[in-house]
Amino acid sequence: MARTMGILGRKLGMTRIFGDDGAIVPVTVIQAGPCPVIAVRKTDTDGYEALQLGFDEIPERKLNKPSKGHQSKAGRGCYRVLREIRLDAPSELAPGQDVTVDIFAVGDQVKVTGTSIGKGFQGVMKRWNFSGLNKTHGAEKVHRSGGSIGHNTEPGKVMKNKKMAGHMGARRVTVINLDIVDVRPEDNLILVRGQIPGAANSVVMIRKQK
Amino acid sequence: MDLIRKIELEQMRLDVPKFKAGDTVKVFLRILEGEKERIQVFQGAVLRLRKGGANSTFTVRKVSDGVGVERIFPIHSPFIERVEVVSEGKVRRSRLYYLRKLKGKASRIKIKNQWDN
Repeated sequence: MARTMGILGRKLGMTRIFGDDGAIVPVTVIQAGPCPVIAVRKTDTDGYEALQLGFDEIPERKLNKPSKGHQSKAGRGCYRVLREIRLDAPSELAPGQDVTVDIFAVGDQVKVTGTSIGKGFQGVMKRWNFSGLNKTHGAEKVHRSGGSIGHNTEPGKVMKNKKMAGHMGARRVTVINLDIVDVRPEDNLILVRGQIPGAANSVVMIRKQK
Repeated sequence: MDLIRKIELEQMRLDVPKFKAGDTVKVFLRILEGEKERIQVFQGAVLRLRKGGANSTFTVRKVSDGVGVERIFPIHSPFIERVEVVSEGKVRRSRLYYLRKLKGKASRIKIKNQWDN
């Protein structure tokens, strides 16, 4: 897959707007950037091409000495979130320069990566869409169970990757092929059609599809 | 949240008249037939107003040839050419779902008189 330019942003929430033809379009509003380039990774020195972007500015006292030293090289203040955007070709951007929402245009397709909302420990019905067992016909205490998890003496074990109850959500999720409905550089906003992972105010990474 | 509110304010229309549940309204709809555009009128009683900024909607009910017809319109939709308030109704609740069970004379809504206020 092509490694493409991207930006970091904050998911503000969802609303809906009227499209050009008057139809209602559900959109997610993302406040993205401007993200300064903190460091540049090069094939010669690091073995790969990438830009390290900073997002969410914080006062200097909130950082420890090693990160302060690292971030001061770009000379653009201190940032809470640092993420690398992998690239195919070397970028012409140098540390200290900004990446803004201008890299996107209306009609572009993007992929958005974020951390999904944590659901805690969940049973198989919610986590894996199992049907559960009978509500009646003598079923007792097992209405939301998954049923049998294996076979008999042969193979005598539970197969690996068996879908069971456990922790759900709060993991890295990428949604691809999202359309950009609007770009507003004055407020650093991107309006993306449809849903993106994560709760409101969570940090997301938006990358071009191609 | 303020930025989302700002986006919604841009979407809202300012030419929509004030009306409430129980009012009789005429909704002038823009209908696209191929290339041509024409106006269709939907007249009936407002069953409910759903408030929510740019996402507000209202439900209009009319009885057409003995069949009840309800349509939900987004208040700020560009498909609505204009809304005209025909008469104000005198009702005691904000959701007039009970009208669905009533027929004929019983389903009439009393008209609010000017001196009632």
